[in-house]
Amino acid sequence: MDYTIIIGLEIHVQLQTESKMFSASGTAFGLPPNTQTDPVSLGLPGTLPVMNRKAFDLALKTAMALGATISRFTKWDRKNYYYPDLPKNYQISQYDLPFSLGGSLDIPAQKEGSGGGQCRLTRVHLEEDTGKLTHGVGGWSEVDLNRAGIPLLEIVSEPDIRNAADARACLEELRLTLIYLGVSDCEMQEGSLRCDANVNLHIQKDGKTIATPIVEIKNLNSFRSVERALEYEAERQYAKWQKDGLTIKDAFKETRGWSDPEGITKPQRQKETAADYRYFPEPDLVPVVVDDAWLDRVRATIGELPGPRRKRFETEFGLTPYDANVLVEQGQDVADYFETLAKTAGDAKLASNWIQQDVMRILSERKLKLAEFPIKIEVLGDLLRRVHIKALSTHQGREVLAKLLESDESLEQIIEAGGYGVISDRNALSKVIEEMIAANPKAMEDLKGGKKKPDAVKGFLRGQVMKATGGKADPSLVGDLLDERLANVQD
Amino acid sequence: MSLTRDDVTKVAFLARLQLEPHELDTFTGQLNSIMDFVAQLQEPDTADIEPLAHGVEIHNVFREDRAVPSLTREAALSNAPKRNQESFLVPVVLD
Repeated sequence: MDYTIIIGLEIHVQLQTESKMFSASGTAFGLPPNTQTDPVSLGLPGTLPVMNRKAFDLALKTAMALGATISRFTKWDRKNYYYPDLPKNYQISQYDLPFSLGGSLDIPAQKEGSGGGQCRLTRVHLEEDTGKLTHGVGGWSEVDLNRAGIPLLEIVSEPDIRNAADARACLEELRLTLIYLGVSDCEMQEGSLRCDANVNLHIQKDGKTIATPIVEIKNLNSFRSVERALEYEAERQYAKWQKDGLTIKDAFKETRGWSDPEGITKPQRQKETAADYRYFPEPDLVPVVVDDAWLDRVRATIGELPGPRRKRFETEFGLTPYDANVLVEQGQDVADYFETLAKTAGDAKLASNWIQQDVMRILSERKLKLAEFPIKIEVLGDLLRRVHIKALSTHQGREVLAKLLESDESLEQIIEAGGYGVISDRNALSKVIEEMIAANPKAMEDLKGGKKKPDAVKGFLRGQVMKATGGKADPSLVGDLLDERLANVQD
Repeated sequence: MSLTRDDVTKVAFLARLQLEPHELDTFTGQLNSIMDFVAQLQEPDTADIEPLAHGVEIHNVFREDRAVPSLTREAALSNAPKRNQESFLVPVVLD
């Protein structure tokens, strides 16, 4: 099989506004059907749309963060088609003068299964969401217009993606970016982030490249389904081409729906071509002119994005790319938490480990959000600082953490009451080692007689020292001292 | 510019209009005369004129992002040709 998969994504994102794009009813998810409407979003005659300023600001913010070129003049168009989710029989969208062109998204190399890279964007435009249909109740479909008119951003990528894992990674990175920007909650399950994928194959045969017909896959309701559907579709197209030999010149673009339980794509209604939408300028809305001052105002609201933050965690905090990625991907609250904890503890690597291993585990066990973590960040930072300076061992630190979770006592009280501390005095530890050697003569005999390997004897004696000191001995120092002591024996 | 009968058939389909054969003939003729009338706009030289995006020369008309209470469901559904307790009903559309 000598082919390349060519993938482009079309992503729809609901913007986080209080009211709809062109009217003032709310934007909540999950309300009872048809309880979030107004005359405009119902498409009643005689009503007129008025633009939501915040929706436009959020759209500008997103496009600027994606490095797009913002159009200084943009207008609205009507996209005409008949479908009952659209009460006006047209959708207000943007056709030839979208507010934003170009831009790109960097896919980090740390993503699982993806090599990373860059995906260029074709355009970003604003439109209104449609209503929701529930099919087939006794020959009738139910129409719920709660969603109709919610501000929707459409982000179209260039066909730059070459495998299913990269497509998933690209979508995940876009989601993370939008969440960092605070422009959308990006819940795929609730439909505030939706993704369609365009895919075909470039097959190499006899020194020529043959392109298969393009398929648009819809109904991708999770990141996993994006990846699975694209893997499936590539294989399906290759098998189909082997059978019928049809190329992009022989067939129109086909729309197929992904069926998650079956793991296959199925044909859907044929897509009307662009010309059939009979786009024309929306006479009910005036154009938008964007000036420098407006762009500056929006630019000032863009905080640090995931990409730069990963880099900074590597350079400023010395984290590995892997750890930097894990923390950044958990969201801004975790990344902020890490920065504060790293500074309080004086040890970034330690802070990163404890967040990933302990804080995350405790949160998931107790089903808590980070903001609800029962231990104050200053206290955890103080605890880690003590581990860092070896006033406590890692093991002791974890015991103290467990006690902090269970009691109302302060860190000081717990450490004092538990008699925690680390013995790192060489002379004191050497003395304990000698005592343990004297108390366990068999260990040295086994070593001298070659009956046991030095590592085994060292491990045994270290255990004895730890036990004798109540776990307080500095384990790495004990190891070093034992190495010296046992080396002498062998000579 | 001349529209054919096929063009009119297609436009009628897109507008979900069912036309009888004799109506197709009538409308092909009528639409062509409308097109011819509008085609007069092609005559002036517009080479140096900036395209017009909208009929009125104002821009940036916005409202603030504030939600108001929704219509009641009863009010929303009151004009529906067919409905049930909570939704508009339309003939099943296969997707």
